[in-house]
Amino acid sequence: MNIVFVSVFILGLWGALSALVLYFTSKKFNFPTNPLIAEVEAVLPAVNCGGCGQASCHGFAVACVKSNSLHNMVCTVGGKSIMEDVASILGKTANPVIPTVAVVRCGGSCELRPHINQFGGASSCAVVHNLYGGETGCSWGCIGLGDCVEPCKFDAIKINPETLLPEISDNKCTSCNACVTACPKGIIELRNLGEPAHKIYVNCVAKDSGVADSCAVACNGCEKCVEVCEDKAINMIGQLVYIDSTFCTLCGKCVSVCPTNAIVEKK
Amino acid sequence: MKRFKMGGVHPKENKLSAGKQIVEATLPKQVVIPLVQSLGAPGQSVVAVGDVVKVGQLIVKAGGFVSANIHSSVSGKISAIGTTIDASGYNVPAVFIEVEGDEWLKTIDRTNDLKRECNLSSEEIIKTITDAGIVGMGGATFPTHVKLSPPPGKKADVLIINAVECEPYLTCDHQLMLEKPLEILVGVTILMKAAKVTKAYIGIENNKKDAIELLKQTARSFTGIEIVPLRVQYPQGGEKQLIDAVIGRQIPSGALPVEVGAVVQNVATAFAVYEAIQKHKPLIDRVITITGKSIKSHGNYRVRLGTPMNSVVEQVGGIPEDTGKIISGGPMMGKALKTLEVPVVKGTSGILFIPTFAATRKNMQNCIRCAKCVVDCPMGLEPFLLMSQGERSMWTEMEKDRVMDCIECGICSYTCPSNRPLLDYIRLGKTTVGKIIRNRQAKK
Amino acid sequence: MAKLIISPSPHVHSGDSISNKMIGVFIALIPAYLVGLYFFGLGALIISITAMLSCVAFEYLIQKFLLKGSVTIFDGSALLTGLLLAMNLPTNIPVWMVVVGSLVAIGVAKMPFGGLGNNPFNPALVGRVFMLISFPAAMTVWPVPVPLNMHYLDALTAATPLAVLKGQFSNIPDTLNMFIGHKGGSMGEVSALALLVGMVYMLIRKIISWHIPVSIMLTVFVFSGILHWANPNAFIATPLFHLLTGGLMLGAIFMATDYVTSPMNPGGMLIYGVGIGIITVVIRVFGSYPEGISFAILIMNGVTPLINTYVKPKRFGEVKKK
Repeated sequence: MNIVFVSVFILGLWGALSALVLYFTSKKFNFPTNPLIAEVEAVLPAVNCGGCGQASCHGFAVACVKSNSLHNMVCTVGGKSIMEDVASILGKTANPVIPTVAVVRCGGSCELRPHINQFGGASSCAVVHNLYGGETGCSWGCIGLGDCVEPCKFDAIKINPETLLPEISDNKCTSCNACVTACPKGIIELRNLGEPAHKIYVNCVAKDSGVADSCAVACNGCEKCVEVCEDKAINMIGQLVYIDSTFCTLCGKCVSVCPTNAIVEKK
Repeated sequence: MKRFKMGGVHPKENKLSAGKQIVEATLPKQVVIPLVQSLGAPGQSVVAVGDVVKVGQLIVKAGGFVSANIHSSVSGKISAIGTTIDASGYNVPAVFIEVEGDEWLKTIDRTNDLKRECNLSSEEIIKTITDAGIVGMGGATFPTHVKLSPPPGKKADVLIINAVECEPYLTCDHQLMLEKPLEILVGVTILMKAAKVTKAYIGIENNKKDAIELLKQTARSFTGIEIVPLRVQYPQGGEKQLIDAVIGRQIPSGALPVEVGAVVQNVATAFAVYEAIQKHKPLIDRVITITGKSIKSHGNYRVRLGTPMNSVVEQVGGIPEDTGKIISGGPMMGKALKTLEVPVVKGTSGILFIPTFAATRKNMQNCIRCAKCVVDCPMGLEPFLLMSQGERSMWTEMEKDRVMDCIECGICSYTCPSNRPLLDYIRLGKTTVGKIIRNRQAKK
Repeated sequence: MAKLIISPSPHVHSGDSISNKMIGVFIALIPAYLVGLYFFGLGALIISITAMLSCVAFEYLIQKFLLKGSVTIFDGSALLTGLLLAMNLPTNIPVWMVVVGSLVAIGVAKMPFGGLGNNPFNPALVGRVFMLISFPAAMTVWPVPVPLNMHYLDALTAATPLAVLKGQFSNIPDTLNMFIGHKGGSMGEVSALALLVGMVYMLIRKIISWHIPVSIMLTVFVFSGILHWANPNAFIATPLFHLLTGGLMLGAIFMATDYVTSPMNPGGMLIYGVGIGIITVVIRVFGSYPEGISFAILIMNGVTPLINTYVKPKRFGEVKKK
């Protein structure tokens, strides 16, 4: 029995000693932090998506606490409700948040935009973009190898195996911007969500009129939509029309007038 | 026998068209001349739709010092100035000429007489080369006059002629050496004068024994030209590797060949220089190899620049039935083509047909860290590491691990037992890191 | 005509493949395997077949039912792990121990890290060391080499020369016998001659480079030589004895050169080899185990990522700083 007591005693003593050392080191090297940071961090979604521009949610909490106003500080994931929580903790006023959602601006599915060659290299949009125009006749549109799928931390984006285009589920998308930066063609854009998930946008990014030969849903730059729009929300950028979502009132006139169905309305 | 010191592989040579006489290709109905055919700034078209041009007439003026003139390769009427598809599959601006007859400018000497004497000064030679729009014809299409004018304070002491042709399949330079040895050597003499050097080496790989012999004999009547046989090893035709192989000097990272006192010119360029100086003929045609295991009549053809590739291919019996891939250039560094409407340009060295079964890559497997890519890399890089950095977009780390030193020879992908697309990602990294570096320099 | 295929260059491939490399190693192992069969007979056959079958089976089961991914048993890497494990075992060990060793090699050392290419430690050696620690008695009794032995578990046993060295100094076979393999030991390690033949084959086919095996052997030779020369009474074994006994040849040629767990450039390989050599001799001479090469390789496996990070290949055109 003696050996049991001795072991328990020695180990216990060792434990106590270690605890003391830990206690004093934590006292000695204690780094005072603002308790507000922890409070703010607790409200944040803790996904570290980077949509706010900070590397992590902790970084965003620090930035919120440090800055004088919450102007331009938006947690895209949490949106309005979380920013109001943050504001009430800090006693500042929250920025009005216009909810946005990522939109893939290419409608060139396999049928409408036939593949004219086959890519045989590494399965990455960036590699294709670096090499050549792509498997279809359009060198502007979606490549379909899914560089945008992997960075999405919310499982909101998937490649449809039939159309080979990415599809974004609006209720999962937090508009964190990860897919926007991942897309080498710059097809994905953050747009205002609109009244319950209602949006109208040009589903094409081809800035060259020759694309009409290779894609049935390309914008051909006919400007009919520009004429019909009463809100002056539609502008020409080169050969391409662009609908500015801040002015668009979702009247839907441009959708019906578009000869190639390049403008889409999604509810 | 000499060779470069680091890495390298020896792919199957497959020089099917070796020894085939150079055949003059028939004139096409229409030529398409892209405004950009060399590295550097795009040129400005100096003709308008409806103009009638003759062979050798200037149609595109160089857009700067690092840029080259382009001349009409046919006679006829400018039918349009629009866009055409280039080897990369992107639309580029181009001049379209309907061919009518074959009327040359009067100043061009079209005889086959050899003219050895050249009394022009170095500056005059460079001026003529500039006017003739000559670029590096090995594929990199760097304007020749830029290479011949070293930056201030630098001086070359040796000229190296690249007659290595280390790419499998290609034989156009080999055949040119067999048929025009004297012209090439005169061209080399002119280049020596232009670069103000007294010594020139012609590096030829040992799989072209007949060309080595012929040139050695011919070179006896020229002073300062030495033929250097080299052990067959890819990528010996790379500028850095060639200088290392021939004179044993290694260019430091990021520097130009003139840093070690060398100027490198391709052998086809030397021939073009001869024609430009002695015959007053600008660069309007070149020899290309049409080859591949599946086509019947592979050969070497002299083609006018701007000829659509399908027009040339028709002369050898059209596209073979089971073609899976068409490559402009050699199999190691060439570009896969989307369509044969692409015109032959100054940098086109061949058209290669690869059958379907050989055109698809095998499935990629895990890296087993066998270090084949590290051992075989001629630049001493670590391709496996660069690829995984490229996959993860770690551009800063890639720059530190010297991705910009990569010469894109393709040995890493070629040699990998796991069929990993190493060069695909390294090339992506090079483009991206290159952009980052340019942005950083622009800020300064 | 079908759609044209577009891909970045290069458009040709050397035709080399993982299984190609594995087959090369198998061919290189044949001489040593045959010597093992000759001296240890039935036991060697049973052990090697058990190890290979169970390694492949475990890899298949794990890939198919646990990972539910693609099955890659046909690349030959699991088969090679099995054979190398068997080569490292005494031939009179019970079959169930071999199966347990294979399970550890594949199920602990290889698959949890992501399968082929991602394992930090050599699977066969992890299996062997696990067995050495778990079944020390069975793992340190070797059968007496008898040509064409038809006995398996009831074979006569004896200690290896290295074990003899730790105990009393007698019964050491002469150098020639040690060289051709007439001595006690694990199945594949006895014949230095056969292993060297395998090494030459692998060097000619460029499956391995000379850096690792040569640096290990040289280091062992030099380091043990220094010890022996400094004090022949305390360190009785000659450097040649160290080279020819135990698993040194097998380890240096086949185990340390494993692609996955060794450094990836010549400079790193030399550091790795020297490290293995020194640790081996230290364990052999000062440690309590008679043999140290397995531990030495595993320790240097652990250092490999560090070597890869800090030792870079010589870059083209790099000017030496004066």
